[in-house]
Amino acid sequence: MKRALTSIVFFGILIGIWEFAARSGKFSQVMFPPPSNVAEYIWQAVEDGSLASATFVTLKRLLVGYSVGLLLGIPLGLFTAKFKIFQDTIGVLALGMQALPSVCWVPLALGWFGQTEMAMLFVVVMGTLWSVIIATSDGVRSMPPIYLRAAKTMGSSGLHTWGYVILPASLPYLVGGMKQGWAFAWRSLMAAEIFVVILTGFGLGQLLQYGRDLHAMDQVMAVMIVLIVIGLLTDKLLFAPWERFLHRRWGTGNLK
Amino acid sequence: MSVESELKNAAAERIEVDGISKSFTTKHRVVLALDRVSLKVSEGEFVCLVGPSGCGKSTLLNIIAGLEHPDAGRVSANGIPVSEPGRDRMVMFQEHALFPWLDVMHNVLFGLKLKPGLTNKERREVAEYYLQLVGLEKFHHANVHELSGGMKQRVALARALAPNPRVLLMDEPFASLDALTREQLYGDMQEIWQARRKTIIFVTHNVREAACLGDRVVLFSPNPGRIRKEFSINLPRPRDINSVELAHYSSEITASLKGFTAAQGQEASE
Repeated sequence: MKRALTSIVFFGILIGIWEFAARSGKFSQVMFPPPSNVAEYIWQAVEDGSLASATFVTLKRLLVGYSVGLLLGIPLGLFTAKFKIFQDTIGVLALGMQALPSVCWVPLALGWFGQTEMAMLFVVVMGTLWSVIIATSDGVRSMPPIYLRAAKTMGSSGLHTWGYVILPASLPYLVGGMKQGWAFAWRSLMAAEIFVVILTGFGLGQLLQYGRDLHAMDQVMAVMIVLIVIGLLTDKLLFAPWERFLHRRWGTGNLK
Repeated sequence: MSVESELKNAAAERIEVDGISKSFTTKHRVVLALDRVSLKVSEGEFVCLVGPSGCGKSTLLNIIAGLEHPDAGRVSANGIPVSEPGRDRMVMFQEHALFPWLDVMHNVLFGLKLKPGLTNKERREVAEYYLQLVGLEKFHHANVHELSGGMKQRVALARALAPNPRVLLMDEPFASLDALTREQLYGDMQEIWQARRKTIIFVTHNVREAACLGDRVVLFSPNPGRIRKEFSINLPRPRDINSVELAHYSSEITASLKGFTAAQGQEASE
């Protein structure tokens, strides 16, 4: 309760300073709008539904691409850890691809698929896939072999061992990789949406770019705030429960 | 199958080790870990394998468990050749090897869930019984990292006992514990063995521990790993690790251990 209050007071002061500075007359209010204008824009965009529809389009692209990335990445990561042939092919490829900022895929994706959902999907998958493959295979390979021996003596083998021993044992790595994959996918999707007009849907990135075209910095800032809120919410909803579970079970994360 | 019949003691198994050899190749040379080792362990017997590091006693245990394969010779359990791990032979390792992603109860349930013929409710009751047997009935929902070293090994013991194996293979299970905890576990171990009547093969390098727990102590010597001598411990149970009678046995065993390590030193210098 006290900590929540600390945060609220901090942000209250921050917004206060911003409002005061923007209204001081030293800056152009068009280029540096006060938070009250930004709030006004948000209110109006919520009312006319443009914010909700843009958020929906962006989140759909992100979730679909991210799910595809996980569904491909986790099995490929397991294969990479298990089979030498995968390690020497997919493993090396993943290592190289992960070094490439995924926004670099945007020009190619547009060339291949045009200004379509397919291009967006491709970019998001490329952002997610490689770090998930690497995290999964690292997780499997750093598992203490004693777990496997213990599981074997209790009658576990084959798919049961993969599902009930190897995968959960690699969870700390896997969750880290999933977070990284999410971050890469999110950033590259935004870049792509700002970069080009996608004809099949009007996302948050486009709303932001549209604000720039109109010289409406209150709109630009409003979209940025929405992006921050979405980032925080996914962290709280998607990853925080997993991390709490890991910390509780493994006894990590407590530095006190 | 009911919980009652599941909790009934499984008939202990006879283990026969016949002419086992096993070598390992390191970077520089080939080490003969076991050289034509033969050993008979009868039903319900508690046998301790003692010897210095590198004498192959843990390797032998792994071979009996089916986790490793010998180069020559064979192991049989009740006359049936052992080639892979089986639920009749459960293993307890030096490291607890508990799964950190499961709580205490689910660690004990892990092996039980793989055992057919039981309902989930029955499995739970069986797990509860064994957690009570090792004195951890209040820790069902504890996480592994919250337990002390001794408690972790108790959970590992409950997990190994839960599928009701006929043989328990223990590889220095108390080596990483402090002396006080260890002494308490010696008492508990004897009680549990008398209650559950398993065949137990127990690997240790602690001579007193071996004399305290075993019906028989089998001495190994290294390079190559061979059985050198056997001692029958004719003391009533429960035994106190600090008793004079036990000290008599352990000094006798230690003397012969020293005897053949000295002889070996001489061989090496010749």
